Amino acid sequence: MSTATVQKRGFGATLWDYLTTVDHKKIAILYLVAGGFFFLLGGLEALIIRIQLIKPDNEFISAGLYNQMFTMHGTTMIFLAAMPLIFTLMNIALPLQIGARDVAFPFLNSLGFWLFAFGGVLLNLSWFFGGAPDAGWTAYAPLSVQSPGHGMDFYVMGLQISGAGTLIGGINFLVTIVNMRAPGMTYMRMPMFTWASFVTSILILFAFPALTVGLILMMFDRMFGANFFDPTMGGNVIIWEHLFWIFGHPEVYILILPVFGLFSDVISTFSKKRLFGYSAMVFATVLIGFLGFMVWAHHMFTTGLGAVANSIFAVATMAIAVPTGIKIFNWLFTMWGGNIRMTVPMLWAVGFIPSFTIGGFGGVMLAVAAADYQYHDTYFVVGHFHYVIVGGVVFGIFAGITYWWPLLFGKVLNEKLGKIAFWPFFIGFHMTFFIQHILGLMGMPRRYWKFQPNESLDIGNLVSTIGAFLMAIGTIVFIINIIYTALKEEKCGTDPWDGRTLEWTVPSPPPFYNFKQIPLVRGLDALWVEKVQGNGEMTPAEPLGDIHMPNNTFIPFMISLGLFIAGIGFIYQVDNKQWLIVGIAGLLITFISMFVRSMKDDLGYHVHKEDLEKGAGSK
Amino acid sequence: MSAEELKQLKPGQGPHEPEKATLEGKNKFLGFWFFLGGETVLFASLFGTYLALKNSNLDGPSTQELFGLELVFIMTMILLTSSLTSVYAMYHMKNYDFKKMMIWLGITVLLGLSFLSLEVYEFYEYVMHDGHTFTSSAFGSAFYTLVGTHGAHVIFGLCWITSLMIRNAKRGLNLYNAPKFYVASLYWHFIDVVWVFIFTVVYLMGKVG
Amino acid sequence: MKGWMGKSRIVLLFSFLMLFLAGCGDPQLSALQPKGEGAQASYDLMMLSVIIMAGVGAIVTIIYVFVLIRYRQKKGKEDYVPKQVEGSKSLEIVWTAIPIVLLIILAVPTVQKTFMLAETTPSEENKEDAVVVEVTGNQYWWHYSYKYKGEEIQTSQDLYIPTDQRVYLKLTATDVIHSFWVPTISGKMDTNPGHNENEMFLNAYEEGLYSGKCAELCGPSHSLMDFKVVAVSAEEFDQWFNDMKNADPEATPETASAQEGKELFEDQNCIACHAIGNSPAAVGPNLTSFGDRAEIAGIMDNNKENLIEWLQHPENVKPGNKMTGKYGNTEAEKPLTDDEASKIADYLLQLQPSEVTPEDAKEEK
Repeated sequence: MSTATVQKRGFGATLWDYLTTVDHKKIAILYLVAGGFFFLLGGLEALIIRIQLIKPDNEFISAGLYNQMFTMHGTTMIFLAAMPLIFTLMNIALPLQIGARDVAFPFLNSLGFWLFAFGGVLLNLSWFFGGAPDAGWTAYAPLSVQSPGHGMDFYVMGLQISGAGTLIGGINFLVTIVNMRAPGMTYMRMPMFTWASFVTSILILFAFPALTVGLILMMFDRMFGANFFDPTMGGNVIIWEHLFWIFGHPEVYILILPVFGLFSDVISTFSKKRLFGYSAMVFATVLIGFLGFMVWAHHMFTTGLGAVANSIFAVATMAIAVPTGIKIFNWLFTMWGGNIRMTVPMLWAVGFIPSFTIGGFGGVMLAVAAADYQYHDTYFVVGHFHYVIVGGVVFGIFAGITYWWPLLFGKVLNEKLGKIAFWPFFIGFHMTFFIQHILGLMGMPRRYWKFQPNESLDIGNLVSTIGAFLMAIGTIVFIINIIYTALKEEKCGTDPWDGRTLEWTVPSPPPFYNFKQIPLVRGLDALWVEKVQGNGEMTPAEPLGDIHMPNNTFIPFMISLGLFIAGIGFIYQVDNKQWLIVGIAGLLITFISMFVRSMKDDLGYHVHKEDLEKGAGSK
Repeated sequence: MSAEELKQLKPGQGPHEPEKATLEGKNKFLGFWFFLGGETVLFASLFGTYLALKNSNLDGPSTQELFGLELVFIMTMILLTSSLTSVYAMYHMKNYDFKKMMIWLGITVLLGLSFLSLEVYEFYEYVMHDGHTFTSSAFGSAFYTLVGTHGAHVIFGLCWITSLMIRNAKRGLNLYNAPKFYVASLYWHFIDVVWVFIFTVVYLMGKVG
Repeated sequence: MKGWMGKSRIVLLFSFLMLFLAGCGDPQLSALQPKGEGAQASYDLMMLSVIIMAGVGAIVTIIYVFVLIRYRQKKGKEDYVPKQVEGSKSLEIVWTAIPIVLLIILAVPTVQKTFMLAETTPSEENKEDAVVVEVTGNQYWWHYSYKYKGEEIQTSQDLYIPTDQRVYLKLTATDVIHSFWVPTISGKMDTNPGHNENEMFLNAYEEGLYSGKCAELCGPSHSLMDFKVVAVSAEEFDQWFNDMKNADPEATPETASAQEGKELFEDQNCIACHAIGNSPAAVGPNLTSFGDRAEIAGIMDNNKENLIEWLQHPENVKPGNKMTGKYGNTEAEKPLTDDEASKIADYLLQLQPSEVTPEDAKEEK
C-alpha cells in the first residue's frame, strides 16, 4: 500500500481500484466516463426529438414517448452530463492549480461521485420500468404530480440522490480552495478556473437545497399523500415554480462559470499573455454569482406575479449583462497583442466567444419582461438556452477535456482530429439553434410533439434537424479521436501546452500524490513567473518528506447503493406497501455504512521519503 | 501525523484549539460551516412553503385554534438549555477535561430526548384529537414537513452525539476525535437556532394571527 | 478556422435575423406580424433590443475579427513573447459604463410596457360596456365564459372578440397549468389551477381569424391544444353575442339524420359532459355553435369526414384526451358505428346559431 510502484494489474484489480478510489484524478476519470455516457444518451434523445420534428405532423414517435424523450433529454443533459463533466474538470485541475495533494475530503469526493452515479442510473432505469418521466425537466406541478405511472417518481428519487452528491462535491471544493492552497497562492493569485469553481461551489451550496426541498415536497405529494401542489386540498402549484427556479437559475451559472474560468485560462495560455483585467474578471465572476440568485423569477414572467415583480426581476436580469460583457471584452483584449496559437482548446474558445455573445443577446432580450410574454416557453427560449449551454458549457467541456487530457491520461489528443471534430459541431450548432429563435417568434411553442403543416414552420425545423446531425458527426469524430489517441499517440511528458499555471508543473499524468514537494507560489500564473524569472521550475515550499495519503474505501459505494435501493423501495411502495421493507433495508445499508465510517478510524498511510527519492512515479 | 493524532490528551497537554489543530480538523470545521449554510437554505425553503400554505387549513383547525403555547414554550426552554449544556461540553473539551465533557454531552442528549418525546406527544395530540394530519390539508402537509424535518434533525443529532460518546468513551480525547465532537456540537446549536425560528414563525405568529 | 469565416458567419447570422424580422411566418400565427396592442408593444421592445444588441454585436465582431487576423501566430514567430499587459482601468470603465447606459435605454420602456400590459381591469366609465371573458384551460381545450352588458354566455375553442377595444380576460385552469397565447394579438399568460387567477387583455386592431396555442406543457396533446380568436367588428360581435344568448338547445334539427343524431347524442350520454346552450357546466367543450367552429378538436378542418374520425378514434387524434372511452357500445377502438358517427356528425354540424362565423372574419381580412 505504501509504495508507489506501478505494476500491470488485472481487470478485477483495476475495477476494484476505481470502485474504492479517493484520488481526485481517478474520480475525475470516473466522472468523465459516467458523464460522457450520459452525454451520448442525452444526445441520442435529442436526435430522436429532432427526427420527430423534421416535418410537420410527423408520426415518428408517439406523443407520450415524445414527452418522455424531451424530459429525459433535458434532465440527463443538465444533471447527468453537464454537471459531472464540469466536475471532471474541477477534479482534475482544481487541486493541481492551487498546489494541493488532493481535495479536502477525499472520502466525500468519492461519495459525491457514487451518489451522482447511482442517482443517474436510478433515473434512467425508468425507461425499463413503465416509462420515463414526462413532465419536462422543470417538472411543473400539478402535471408532474398527476403524471401516471412511476416515471416522475424515478425523477424525484434519482435527482434527490444525485443532487446530494453534487452538494457534497460543492462543499468539498469550497473547503479545498479555502484551506489547501499552496504557500504564496493568495486568493488574487488563483487561476481563473479556480476562482470560477469557487464561486460555482458557493452557488451549488446555496442553490441545491432549494431543489432538495422541492423534490421532497413532490415526493410527499406523489408517494405519501401530501397536498402541497393540490389546489383542491389548499395546495398551491406556484410554490414548485419558485423552488425549482430558485435552484434552477443559479444552476445555469453553476454550469457556465467554471467554463468562463476555463476559457480565461485557455485564452491566456494560447495567446501567451496574462489574462487582461484579472481583477475585473474575478469581480465579474463574483458579481454574476451574486446576481444569479436575484433573478429566478424571470423564468416566471407569465406566471402572473404582477407588473411590479416582473419589472424588478427584468431590470435585475439585465444587470447581469454588464459583468458578462466585461468578460467578453477582457477575453478579446487578452488576445489583443498576443501570439495566438490555434490549438484545439483555443479553437473551441474562439468558437465560444461569438456563440456565447449571441446567447447573451438572447438573454437580454428575454429579460425584457413585456417582450418575454411573446418569447416565453417558445423555441426562442429553446434556442437561447442552447446557445449558452451548448455554445458555452459544451464548448467549454470539449475545450477543457482536450486541454487537460494530458493530466488525465498522459497524452495530448490528436490535434488534426480535434479540429475535424470542431467544425461540424460548430456549424451544426449554429444551424440547429439559431433558427430556433426565429421559429419561436413565428409562433412555435416549446415541447411541441407536432407542428401543423400550414404554419410556415417547416423549413426552420428541417434546418434545425440537419444541424443536429452535424453536431452528432462532430461528437463521433471526437470519440474517434479519443480511441485514436489512446492507440497511436505518444506520451507527452510534462507541460505539453507551454502552460502558465501550477497544473503544468507536474508530470502528465501526475503521480498519485501530485506534488513531491508543495511548490512556493510567487505570483499570478505561478509557472509563467518561474519561466520568465527563474529556471522554469517551481521552488519547493517544503523539504522532501513523508507524504500522508488517505486510504481507498468501499464505503461511499455502499452508502450510495443503499440510497439507490431505498429509492426503488419508496417508488414502489405506492403500489404495494411491502416495498417499504426494501426502502427501509436500503436506508439501513446507508446508515450502517455511515456508522462504520464514523466508528472505524481511517488514518491513511504515508509515502516515505526514501521511496520518493527513488523517483517512484515522478521524474 | 496520524498516530500522534490518536494520542490521548490530558488537561494542559494539547494545543489551544484541539478542534482546529490539524488540517483535517480545520477542513472539517470549515466544511461543516458551509454545510450549515446549505441547511439554512433548506430550512428557509421549508419556512417559505409553510408561510405560503399556513392558512390553507380547509375544514381543519386553523393555527389559532390548533396551537397552545405552554407545551411549545417548555420544549423551547429544554432545547435552549441543551444548547447551553453543549457549550459547557465544548468548554471542557478545550480544557481537555474529557470526563466533564462527556457528562455535559450526556445531559445534552437527555434534554434532546425529552424535547423529542414532547414533540411526539404534541403530534400525537394533533393527529388523534384535532384531526390535523399530514394529509388533511396543505397546511397539515406543510406543518409536519417543516417541524418534522427539524425533528428528524434532532434524531440524527442525538444518534450522532451518542455514537461519538460510545466510540470514544474508553480512549479519551485526542486531536483526531476533537473536531468530531466539535462539529457535532455545532450541528446541535444549529438545530436549536432553527427551533427558535419555528417557535416564532409557526407557533407565536400562528397564535397571534 | 480562419478569421474571415468568423466574420462572414456573423454577418450571415445577422442578415438571417433581419430577413426574418422583416416579416415572416404565418400571418395568423407569427409574433413578428403583430396585429394587436399587446403584440405590438412586445414587438416594439423586441426591435429596440435587437437594434441595441446589433450595435454591441458589431463592435464585438470588429474586435474579434481584427484580433484573430492580426495576432494569429505567424510562421517563424513561435517563440515571440508578447508584452504581459495587466489590464486597463479606462477600458474597463468604458465597457462597464456603456452597457449600463444601453441597458437603461432598454429598461425604461420595458418597465413602462410591463405596467401598460398589466392594465387588466376596465376603467370606471368603461365598466358597463367592457367585454370580460373568463378563460379556462383544460386538457386539451379552452372554455370561455363571457360577461357582457350584464349577460352571460358560454362557448369553447373559438374566442370571438370585437376589434379595437380591450377585451379583458380572467384566466384559470381546471387540471394542470396551461398558457393562453395568441401571438399576433398579445403575449401569453399562464392559466393556473386553484386560486392563482391571472388577468390580461386582448386588443385586436384588425378583423381576422388568429391562431392561438397552449404554451405550457400540459400532457401528451399539449401541441394539439390549438384554438382560434375570431376578431370581428363591434356590431358583428353584438350580433353574435345575441345569437348565442338566444340559441335554443332544444331546437329540432331539420334533417332526419340530424334528428337521429340528436337522439344518439343524448343516448350516448354526450350531454353529461358537453353542454349545448348556456349552461355554465363544462366538463367537455360547449357545443352550442359547433357547426361554426373554425376547426375540429382545434387542429382539423371542420368537415364531416374529420368529425367522424374524431368521434370514432379520439385517441388517434388527440392522445390522452378525456373523451376516449366515455361512450360507445363495445370496442374502445371504434366506439361508434359509421352510421352512428355520421348521424351525430350531422347533428353537431348543423348547430349554427349565428350568422357571424369564423368565415366572416377570414373573408374580411
